[in-house]
Order: sequence, then C-alpha cells, then structure tokens
Amino acid sequence: MSNSAILLDDPGWVIALKGLLIFVLCVVLTLMSVWGERRIVARMQMRLGPNRVGPFGLIQALADGVKLALKEDIIPKAADRAVFILAPIISATTCFMAFAVIPMTGVVNFFGQETIMQLTDLPVGVLYVLATASIGVYGIVLAGWSSGSTYPLLGGLRSSAQVISYEIAMGLSFVGVFIYAGSMSTGDIIASQSTWWNVVVLFPSFAIYVISMVGETNRAPFDLAEAEGELVGGFHTEYSSLKFALFFLAEYVNIIAVSALATTLFLGGPSAPPGFGFTESWLGGWFTFIWFFLKVLGFFFFFVWLRGTLPRLRYDQFMKFGWKVLIPVNVAWILVVATLRLMTQEGASQFMIAAFTGGVVLAVLAAMSIYDSTKRKAEERAHDVGEMPEPTFPVPALPTIKKAVE
Amino acid sequence: MTGESILFWVLAPLAVAASVAMLFMKKAVHSAILLAWVMITLAIFYIALEAPFLGIVQIVVYTGAVMMLFLFILMLVGVDSSDSLVEKIKGIRAVAIFTVLGFAGALTSLIARADLGREPVGLSTANQDGNVEGLAALLFGDYVWAFEVISALLITAALGAMVLAHSEKSDVARNSQRARSIARFRGKSIATAAGLPGSGVYARNNSVDLPALLPDGKPSDLSIAEVLHRRGDVQETKSYALDGLPQIDEEGKK
Repeated sequence: MSNSAILLDDPGWVIALKGLLIFVLCVVLTLMSVWGERRIVARMQMRLGPNRVGPFGLIQALADGVKLALKEDIIPKAADRAVFILAPIISATTCFMAFAVIPMTGVVNFFGQETIMQLTDLPVGVLYVLATASIGVYGIVLAGWSSGSTYPLLGGLRSSAQVISYEIAMGLSFVGVFIYAGSMSTGDIIASQSTWWNVVVLFPSFAIYVISMVGETNRAPFDLAEAEGELVGGFHTEYSSLKFALFFLAEYVNIIAVSALATTLFLGGPSAPPGFGFTESWLGGWFTFIWFFLKVLGFFFFFVWLRGTLPRLRYDQFMKFGWKVLIPVNVAWILVVATLRLMTQEGASQFMIAAFTGGVVLAVLAAMSIYDSTKRKAEERAHDVGEMPEPTFPVPALPTIKKAVE
Repeated sequence: MTGESILFWVLAPLAVAASVAMLFMKKAVHSAILLAWVMITLAIFYIALEAPFLGIVQIVVYTGAVMMLFLFILMLVGVDSSDSLVEKIKGIRAVAIFTVLGFAGALTSLIARADLGREPVGLSTANQDGNVEGLAALLFGDYVWAFEVISALLITAALGAMVLAHSEKSDVARNSQRARSIARFRGKSIATAAGLPGSGVYARNNSVDLPALLPDGKPSDLSIAEVLHRRGDVQETKSYALDGLPQIDEEGKK
C-alpha cells in the first residue's frame, strides 16, 4: 500500500497532532542543533564549547533564546516598516512547510491509528519542497531591501542571486531521482529504494544535491550573503530581538529540512540500513524514526564539519562553480540516467547496457585527461614569466646604519 | 459547506483585494509583494481544483523565479524611491482609461454569460493515471512538436538576451591573481612581495592621500594608489619627509 493510501484515512485529530509534533520537533531540534554545532565546532578548534548552563551546557541555546527575546526590538528609521516586519515572518513560516511531505517513519501505530509520520503525500511532493524554499527566499530578499541600509541590501542581493542559481542545480539533481523512481512523491521515492539506496545508484545526483543544499541554506563555505568580514551580518544586520531570532530559527530549520529531504531522496528515508531490517519489528515501526533521525543528524554533522574546515568562497568563484560546473555536469548526468532507464524499460540486453556504461565512463575519462593536460599546459605557461634579473632582497643593512648614527 | 468552498471564500476576496491594492501602491516593491501573493493564492486554487502539478509549478516558476527577478531589479532602485506620477507621454492616460474600460466590458460580458453550478466534465478521465502522468502524456505525446518548438523559441530568446546584454571586456588584459603573485616574487625587488605599503597614518591625518614614511623618513610613493596620482589628488609627497634622520639610499649605504 502506498503512503498516500495510508494517509488518506487519517482522522482530523491525527493530522492536527502530527502538525503540532512536526512544529515542536523542529523548534526543539533547532535549540539542540545550535548547542550541538557550537560544541562540535569547538572540539574541531581544540576548545570545549558551551558547558556551563545545564548538564553539558545543554540548555545554553535556550538561555540565549530567552535573552534574545528580552532584548530591545529596534526598527531603523530608514526602514520600510511593514516589509521589515513581514520579512522574518515569511522566513520563519515557510521553513516549516517543507516537513509536511517528508515521511519520518514507516507505518506506525499512532494512538490506535495506523499511519505514517507524514502530513500528506502529494504526487508532486518534492517539487512542493522546492516551492516552499523559493518562497522562503522572499524573507531574505525583503529583509535586505526593507532595512534601508547598504550592507543588508548587498547581502539580500547576493543571497537572492545565490539561492536562485543553486535552486537550478538542486532541481536538476532531483530529476535523476524522478527518472529512476518514476514518481515525484516522497513516499514512492522511498519505496523505489527498497533494494539499493539512491546514494549508490545515483551518486553524481547525490553529490550535486549535497553541494547545492549548502548553497541553498546560506551556510559556510557558501555563506556569502552574511559574510561577516565584508557585509557585517548581511541581510539581518539591522534586525534585533525576536525578529532576529526568527531568522536564526529559519536558518536552522532549513538546514534540518534540506537534510531530511536528502535523507528521503538518497538515503532511503526512514528505512533501516541494509542488514538492520529486523529492528523495525521492535517498537512497532517506531524504530524507523530513529534511523531517520540518525541520518538527518549525520547530515547536520556534515554541515558543521564543512563550517569547521573550509574557508568562504569568493563570490565570483562561487557563481562560476554553480553555473559552469554543477549545472552542465548535472544535465549530462541526466542524459545518461535517462538513456539507461529507457534501455532497461525497452528490455535491452545486459551486454548493451554494460557497453553503454563503459562508453560513458571512457568518454568521461577522456574528457578529464584532456582537461587535465590543457590545465597543466596553462599552468606551465603561467609559471613561465621569462628571464628575470636576480632580485635584490630588502634586508636592512644594519651595520652601516649603526655606523651612520655613530 | 465543503472545505473547498471555505478555502475559496477565504482566499478569493484576499486575492482580489491584493490585486486591487497592487495598483494603488506607491512603492514598486509593495506592488511586487502583493502580486506574489496573488500568484500564490492562484496556485492554491489550482491545487484545490486537483491540478497539483500546475499549482506547484506556478509557485516555483512565477513566484520563485520570475517575481524574484523583478524584485532583484527593484531592489537596485532603493527603499526611498517611489514612481513618478507625471504623465510623460501625452494622452496616455486617456488611452489607458479607454482600453481598461473596453477590456472590463469584454470580460464582464463573458463572465455574465457563464453557466455556473455544473458538474466538471472530463477531469476524472484526464487525471485517470494521476495528474502528473496525464500532463506528461499530453506534453510529450500529443503536443510534443509544439512543446519542442516553444522550447527552441525560449532558448533563442535567452541567447538573444545574452547577446544583447553582453558587453565587450576592456582591451587591457588583466593579469590573473596567480600571475600577479608570481610577478611580485620574480620582479626586480621582492620588497613588495607582501603587497604595497599602506597609506600614512599620523596623529593629525589619517587619509589615503598621505604617503607612508619609510624607516629613513622618506615618503613612499608606492603607498598611494595610482588612481590618486593620475587624478592629481595627492599633495606633494616630499613635504612629508622627516628631517634630521641620516639619509640612506636603497642599498642602505650612507
């Protein structure tokens, strides 16, 4: 039975309760992930991180949140009041919406009702996530514009350009999954991964999605929209108190949302890793939630790891990478996936499929070696600056100066 | 009252109000936000009318991409500016009013003739294999030729825009970061290997047109940007030289 059929006979109270649970889960997860991020990054930088408030500093983020809420709420005189207030609301509401289509468990017994921890299973579920993300950008862009200040405006412009460009790469990385699963609904995509997870079958799609999801959420090393060294805080420079807290919440919920989507599309969603299928019989299916949760936390750790490791990209390098590398590579990959899919559907022989795959691999290798050799030649040319005179070193001639002073 | 009609009677007035308000907004960005809202309500209606693919694509394409590009341009206009209401082309107002009245008349007469209260026909057969599959069968089956022609048209339009917006780069070749870095180390002196010296900072002055002083008290011409030299915005650097220090030349000899 497909997910949508199971979800169809959910009574109203189950839907309401699930909506509430998703909201609570996201908010608590945000608090915990702020704490987790600070602790992990601290360990990577040979520090301890917050460890004073509560056991292991666990409620540090909560204390910070309370402090943030009690701060003075400033609206700059130059700001456009209505839009200035609207922007954080857009950001904070749209980020939760993506969770409506993410299945967090297999079939479970929810207070006597057979259901799945998923609000609805749209036939265009994954596109729906993309749609909510594209509305979420409005929050950032409008915040930048309405602040009436230069740095936020620059940050807003950067981030809108960035998110639009990386949304294309992200959307294209879905296409491989759609072709392979034959559906755009999250439930069907998970069902299609019952033998092999998509991360194995469609690894290039997975790699491109992971890169573009970091660009999409404005996180390091792609956090050019709020680069503190150049733009103070970017789009949220003028925001304080609860409005800033809403942007903060939106950023972390977005991270969790894209991680959850990555889990759904490429890591089999809530299904157990190969060899651990027996765990689903414990806890009556609720154990699948633990697998889902672990996968999402794995992605979150990856986000923190990136932040602790990589320096920020330059803006033009970043845009070039998105448009000239990710998108063309993705389109070529989609062609390969579509051809393979058609071959299996038309019943081509194993030999034909193997020959086609081998041909593609050979073509990629040839292209790479040509690219490498031209690059090496260009580098050699760059090194060859021509004959140069022996440089004189600006070593201070200390003894002579001494003599001169005497 | 079904859920669908509640949805309609809540959202439809909001959509109409927003589209009317869009016309009366003074700031272009406010109009853009209201238009985005109208697009989203339309998308919700599409989804409620069992066309989920069209609804979601409406949001992704129109709200997410087209409107965002509009907003992108409007942002460059700035927060304080509002449209000028001066009539620039003579008689445009009369023509506009006439056109609007004509269009409204045509629209009203069409809507007045509409026959309400009928059961929808053909929707269930169209959505038989699912909404997405039905659309795909039409787009890539019956109408594949039209689809391909339109896509070729769009690609041509995009290429045309690129050609029109393309600007020639200046003839002066700019060295890459790498080439400049290498040149810094292989030049006559590696005194500037770590970059050129910054401008001078004194107790009285702190400005980019003041030269830095070298250890021997000589002002350094390198510390002032080339642009300022060419514009003639720099005062005579020699006036900043410190006296009383032993004069040494570059090799450090007296």
